[in-house]
Amino acid sequence: MKAITNKVQLEPKVKKAQFWTIFTQQKYLYMMALPFVAWAFVFSYLPLWGWTMAFQKFQPGKSFLDQKWVGLKYFKELFHDDQFYNALRNTLGMSLMGLLAGFVVPIVFAILLNEVRLQFLKRFVQTVSYLPHFVSWVVAAGIITKMLSTDNGAVNDLLMGLHLISEPIQFMAKGHLFWGIVTASDVWKETGWNTIIYLAAISGIGPELYEAAKVDGASRLQQVRNITLPGIRTTIVILLIISIGHLISIGFEKQFLLGNNLVRDYSQTLDLYALNYGLGMGRFSYGTAINIFNSVVSVILLFVANGIFKKITKESII
Amino acid sequence: MFTKKFSDTPWSDHVFDIVVYFAITVVTIATLYPFLNVLAISFNDSTDSVKGGITIFPRVFTLKNYETIFAYSGLMTGLKISVLRTIIGTLLGLLSASMLAFTLSRVDFQARKFVSTFLALTMYVSGGLIPFYILIKNLDMIGTFGVYVLPSLVSAFNVFIIRSFIDGLPYALQESAKLDGANDFTIYWRVILPLTKPALATIALFLAVGQWNAWFDTYLFNGSKDYLTTLQFELMKVIQSTTTNADNFRGRNMTQVMAQISPESVKMAITIVVTVPILVVYPFLQRYFIKGMTLGAVKS
Repeated sequence: MKAITNKVQLEPKVKKAQFWTIFTQQKYLYMMALPFVAWAFVFSYLPLWGWTMAFQKFQPGKSFLDQKWVGLKYFKELFHDDQFYNALRNTLGMSLMGLLAGFVVPIVFAILLNEVRLQFLKRFVQTVSYLPHFVSWVVAAGIITKMLSTDNGAVNDLLMGLHLISEPIQFMAKGHLFWGIVTASDVWKETGWNTIIYLAAISGIGPELYEAAKVDGASRLQQVRNITLPGIRTTIVILLIISIGHLISIGFEKQFLLGNNLVRDYSQTLDLYALNYGLGMGRFSYGTAINIFNSVVSVILLFVANGIFKKITKESII
Repeated sequence: MFTKKFSDTPWSDHVFDIVVYFAITVVTIATLYPFLNVLAISFNDSTDSVKGGITIFPRVFTLKNYETIFAYSGLMTGLKISVLRTIIGTLLGLLSASMLAFTLSRVDFQARKFVSTFLALTMYVSGGLIPFYILIKNLDMIGTFGVYVLPSLVSAFNVFIIRSFIDGLPYALQESAKLDGANDFTIYWRVILPLTKPALATIALFLAVGQWNAWFDTYLFNGSKDYLTTLQFELMKVIQSTTTNADNFRGRNMTQVMAQISPESVKMAITIVVTVPILVVYPFLQRYFIKGMTLGAVKS
């Protein structure tokens, strides 16, 4: 009939009508989802619009159309600033050190913990190891500074007691030690937490494998190498992927809290640079240019890491 | 089961054991000692502390350090604001994450694909600090309490963790509820929420810890508003004010507090006050978050 002959023309209408029918049926689902979607739009997507600031001589209070466009002026300025290259070097250095240490140490710790045969001891150590994860970086930085201080700091006391050094080291005042301190702090704070997943993976390995290996006379070390490690291979790969993904969020919290003027040349990351020179001095456009560059670096890091990763494991995250 | 005699165990296994237990001991001490040391100093007489040598027990026990910091009004305001933001932030975060997770778990939901892509992208895109600051400024949120809970209200990561938990529940439950005449909202509230408790507990812990530990938003937006500063921010000020001539912070009578007592003891006492609530909570929630972490990792 008519409806059939005009099928092609009618279809969009039918689809549209169908959409609204389902829409009314699912109105409660929409009511539960859309407000939060709008919310995420405002706080996650709108700041991206702010990137236009980097190409304008941005003045707060003026409307978007009244701003003066200056093209790449701020990027040129950025590339002529020594501080910028410093911040870039620090960002890359600390990211890569953090990636390496934050990836290897939890695996080693999980394997060690798994070899502890006394159950209560294992549980105790595990509970203790999560502890630093739950305190803020403010607290952690305070504690770390205290431990590394020259007067009665535990680390200096220990090194002196072992006669490894003759006088206390001023850890927090030595720039070339800063990257190491940040990385070590991160390891101290997050190792226990990052171990959870590896331990779960290890507990999934069948005990009969170990029994069989024992019968064959394998030593404990051989068991680790030939059963435990291959058993958690997939988990290791997945977590490496995730931690490469996290290179994006290099951040500045640790550097902000642990750093000081004496070590600024080694502590200033791109984010911190944007905070100090962009916000601190009210140079919003310049700071945004730094933010944009930071994102570009992150993406490049991600692709490079992924490229290397792909070569080794033939798997890809992107 | 097959057991070997002790003498049959190769010597290398004994060495292995020694290495394992030694390493575990070192890690445990390295993790725990700093906390015990801080605790001991916070309970030790401040003038005595300066002499050094305090390890994990106070030498001259006193409560004076705590009396001093609690007499300082900034701490009580900070405590109040921190507790408030933790409660409100956690509740709102749970509500948003569970509602979104519920709608995304519904295969028949029309906008499912759109919503889930939209949320997933928020994990990867970020405008950076300065555009975010300008946004908050344009929304007139600087100097308000809202800045603590509103920007972080929706977290895609939390949504996906709860969603993978709901996916594990039998769909028949929802269908039978529907036959009984329940609408989608009632199903969410009456059927899904009670069954999702373990996942909600995990997320609640993450949210609460995040809220309790946050300091940067206070620094950025509310640092000059005395009635809105948080505990972490107060601690940050105290710690930064005495480390090597760092940046200049708006000290609020803190110098007076410091004059009465050695800054070391003040720092340690505030550190303990800021840390204790978390230490009390986390052992109880341990089994939940271990489950939650493992689940989240497998799915994402």
